[in-house]
Amino acid sequence: MSAVWPIFRREFAAYFATPLAYVFIVIFLFAMGAFTFYIGHFYENGVADLSVFFAYHPWLYLFLVPAISMRLWAEERRTGTMELLLTLPVPLWATVLGKYLAAWAFTAVALALTFPIWLTVNYLGHPDNGVILASYLGSLLMAGSYLAIGACVSAATDNQVIAFVVSVVVCFLFTVSGAPLVLDVFRAWTPLILVNAVSSFSFLTHFTAISTGVIDLRDLIFFVSLIALFLTANVVLVDLKKTG
Amino acid sequence: MIEIEGLTKKFGPIAAVAGIDLKVLKGEVLGFLGPNGAGKSTTMKMITGYLAPDSGRVRVCGHDVERDPIPAQKAIGYLPEGAPAYGDMTPRQFLGFIAQVRGFAGADGKSRVAAAVGKTELDLVLDQPIDTLSKGFRRRVGFAQAILHDPPVLIMDEPTDGLDPNQKHAVRSLLRAMAPEKAIVISTHLLEEVEAICTRAVIIDRGRVVADGTPSQLLARSRHHNAVTLILPAAQGESARSKLRMLEGVSVVEQAPRANGTVELTVFPKSGALLIENVSALALSQNWDVKELYAEPGRLDEVFRAITTHDASRARESRA
Repeated sequence: MSAVWPIFRREFAAYFATPLAYVFIVIFLFAMGAFTFYIGHFYENGVADLSVFFAYHPWLYLFLVPAISMRLWAEERRTGTMELLLTLPVPLWATVLGKYLAAWAFTAVALALTFPIWLTVNYLGHPDNGVILASYLGSLLMAGSYLAIGACVSAATDNQVIAFVVSVVVCFLFTVSGAPLVLDVFRAWTPLILVNAVSSFSFLTHFTAISTGVIDLRDLIFFVSLIALFLTANVVLVDLKKTG
Repeated sequence: MIEIEGLTKKFGPIAAVAGIDLKVLKGEVLGFLGPNGAGKSTTMKMITGYLAPDSGRVRVCGHDVERDPIPAQKAIGYLPEGAPAYGDMTPRQFLGFIAQVRGFAGADGKSRVAAAVGKTELDLVLDQPIDTLSKGFRRRVGFAQAILHDPPVLIMDEPTDGLDPNQKHAVRSLLRAMAPEKAIVISTHLLEEVEAICTRAVIIDRGRVVADGTPSQLLARSRHHNAVTLILPAAQGESARSKLRMLEGVSVVEQAPRANGTVELTVFPKSGALLIENVSALALSQNWDVKELYAEPGRLDEVFRAITTHDASRARESRA
């Protein structure tokens, strides 16, 4: 476990060593604001809660998170540091975990910087802060899931553009797998149980459940096991590349 | 320290490494030579555990690199081709990161970084992002990274590529100073480097070892080994040539014109014959106006070319 820390620290610092972090955070906050106030009509609703704010998180993450994850492995390959990293005496799982946690911590920082909207809503009225906290937790878990998918895709390709596009598509399918768009494809030819299984993979369903303020263990297990699954796949993919 | 048995690696239909067996002992500096694409880097990548071999195995200090990579990688200092490093970090941060990953914390880590920095003379650029450094400094950062933990095994892919003559000299003396305590493998295109620091030279071509010996053993395979070269005024060239040809033990005398009215004669011996004394005695008795006279130790580039191109043309023949 001790090997994870230096990997994490280097990776996390790398975000702030380039303009990437600042550009990302500014655009993230700006987009959050735009969606909440102009499209979500935060003021006009006249309700002191953050449901319109959180409602747009899945859609923002859909494009912004793959932008972070696409470079995770593809960049190491391009600059040749992959060879350095993988010949250091560190177990592969620790390298994968350290890099992933750094990216997740970075999105957590971006998410935490949305705190003025929480201050605003508390100034304007008396929202249920428990619900808001649960929503933040759900949002963080969802971001982590998008990241795990993106990291895995990044490990599979040397090309950052391909990594981005494929991640967006895979994340999109996971986001909307509860929607008719996806379910109708399955309904025609598969038993109901499979249709229900597909629909249970929907990020939207689980995120909406958490953001009502009810933290159901099943929703937590869903996100955590999805992250674990994709990180395991990430380890396998990096290891497979060793065999050339 | 390093044991390689039956190592092979294919990339698609091309066999990059086609069965290599090698043992490198403590105190040896092995120079890995070969044309581009011969399999030098691929072999090094398999020794360090970056690539998994198709068959065969590598053991470093007794640890199987594939099955038990961590202890093997602890024992290795590796400078990959092109000396990759995180460009947004400064050498101080980068070496600090390497020290941390290798398990040296706090004061121990700091003193190791300082020692590596001292040996590679990085003091001046310690707080400059690696991306902004010159090629020579970057290479030295990679070098510092590789020797930071004082490993018993050093694997260096072209350690002096891109360095100026002074830096090359510094790196070579550093390697020579460390050599008695370590097993060192370096790959290089520079044949003079092999003569300068290697105790053993291995030439590989198309994934196979085609020559393995000390640099002087390889030199002995050169056509120029023990040949004698004289430089005379052009007027004396022809007569000298015919007289030299009559000497005992001489097989051929080659003549090459030179710019400033002189001529260069190279006297090749029959196998094993030593000519220098007879040639200089003859020159004295004939009163030739000798400008230069020397025995050749042999030319490594000639051996290199003979071994590697010979094999390539033979392969073409066998395919046809």
